[in-house]
Amino acid sequence: MTNSRDVWVFGDYRNYFQNRVTLQLLARGRELAQAQEGELCAVVIGHDLQQWVDEYVAHGADRVLALDHPSLTAYQGETYTSLLVDLARERKPAVILVGATSFGRELAARAAKRLGTGLTADCVDLRLDDQGRLVQTAPGFGGNLLAEIVIPRHWPQMATVRPGTFQELPHDYERQAPVEWLPLPAGLKPERVRLVKSERLAPREQALETAGVVVCGGRGMGSKKKFRNLVELARLLGGQVAATRPVVYARWCEEGALVGQAGRQIKPQVLFSFGVSGAIQHTAGIGGAPFIVAVNKNPGAVMMQMADVGLVADANQACLALIRELKKRLRS
Amino acid sequence: MHIVVCLKQVPMVSELPWDPRTGRLMRGQAEGMMNPACKHALEAALRLKEEHGGSLTALCMGPPEAEEVLREALALGADEAVLLCDPRLAGADTLATSHTLARAIQAVAPDFDLALLGCTTTDSETGQVGPQLAEELDLPAAFNVEHLELTGRALTVRRVYDGFLETLEMDLPALLTITTQEFAPRETPLGGLERAFAQASVRVMDAEAIGASLDRVGDKGSAGRMLRVYSPTAQKKCVLLTGAVKKSVQELFERYGDRLGGLIGQDLASEEEGHDQ
Repeated sequence: MTNSRDVWVFGDYRNYFQNRVTLQLLARGRELAQAQEGELCAVVIGHDLQQWVDEYVAHGADRVLALDHPSLTAYQGETYTSLLVDLARERKPAVILVGATSFGRELAARAAKRLGTGLTADCVDLRLDDQGRLVQTAPGFGGNLLAEIVIPRHWPQMATVRPGTFQELPHDYERQAPVEWLPLPAGLKPERVRLVKSERLAPREQALETAGVVVCGGRGMGSKKKFRNLVELARLLGGQVAATRPVVYARWCEEGALVGQAGRQIKPQVLFSFGVSGAIQHTAGIGGAPFIVAVNKNPGAVMMQMADVGLVADANQACLALIRELKKRLRS
Repeated sequence: MHIVVCLKQVPMVSELPWDPRTGRLMRGQAEGMMNPACKHALEAALRLKEEHGGSLTALCMGPPEAEEVLREALALGADEAVLLCDPRLAGADTLATSHTLARAIQAVAPDFDLALLGCTTTDSETGQVGPQLAEELDLPAAFNVEHLELTGRALTVRRVYDGFLETLEMDLPALLTITTQEFAPRETPLGGLERAFAQASVRVMDAEAIGASLDRVGDKGSAGRMLRVYSPTAQKKCVLLTGAVKKSVQELFERYGDRLGGLIGQDLASEEEGHDQ
């Protein structure tokens, strides 16, 4: 059987971000599949999947492959990899896209290894070139550089994409598509890693490394007292507070909040950056967040150039104004 | 107990010579340092060795200069250091890198009980080598580990994965990747560093010595092909809001409230009735 022109998207349904990134990948995957006259197929593995199957059809999947079994209730790296790889070998998709969640990264890396193919991490753009190859644009060096990568001689072409990179399509619950409910294959090896306990963390308990929202302050916040306003803003946003080196040196906050080459490496969905100049030692740690809001009196600061939106303002004044505005909007 | 820790030398970004217009990197001229997450993995290995005894092998793939990170590991307490240095290993993607590291571990530490790696590196940031090495070595594994406990041959680890705090158990031999959250690295003792540089104790091995198949390593064994590298800062369009603070903040929500709300999982677009100006 020759390779198909189909594009697969892994249905990562476990919680909000996984759910949205799958829908976002379906939107881009649909464009890629249509461009090469292939099918867009969502592959979902787990238990109690009906609502997710419906959601993927409503968001543009031409076909859904569903492996639904009580033994698949918890995400398991080894088992999910085996199931995905067996399906891929049988049906030969041209492209497999996986959301760059913690589990998605693991699953995609394992599957690419077993299939002996290339995997590009954290793609910020995906397109087809005139030879029908998937051109994957991915960051390196903390988002300071972008590389365009192709996987010309291996199959399938695999990529991970962070949540927030692409926009999902509006849902259409009238849409119909074939759904294949697949049986659990016999002879699956038991998982060697035992999940003893799993608790959902409230956003504020999450570590800086895994926080979806990070509020980062630099010297431009002005003082230790003003820096504390960032804590309130982070609380309202369900995020974490980070800092640059001058702030840590001045003891406006604890050293554990230092982000950059010498500190933590973060990968938020949204980064709010207050009074940060954007020295490369710091920006090396911010991992090319898909959406950056920067506040600085100096519109020419590097951090402002790296941002999607830059507020030319005093960092603390802007922080207080954001807190007030958020309180209004979260109440409504 | 035999622990293998895989270390990578990465360019110190502050020293990184690259042209912001072309985005071209001169990696050969950059100062190197031990990748931050690798430092934390080394610290985890040192603590395990202190508590349970045994030996620690540090492994690094890279150019001759990468020997520095192995000297650092020796100064901190590694017993053995191996540098995989061979021009044919260069240009490897994670598929080729994981093959090379797997062969090397099997060659220098066939009796290993635990392999530790940093969860990600600051230069390529894929986080893929750990899972792919676990696949090739066919080991039980956990990634992004923040806490670990060893009782006999049973390993209990804790990690944050997609907003869940998970506790996992597995038996040795196993593989873990360590985040920069815990295991704050200790200072390198100066005396130890001098001794480590004076003693020629880094073993250098090439592709043949580790028994790697030449078509599966380096550029030749890699699936990805780079078309071009460029600097995104020249291309990212920053929308500047320059009005009074209050107005700018309102504009931020009006224009980006949907996007922000979608990213943080809150409805921010609709302002409460009666607050419209």
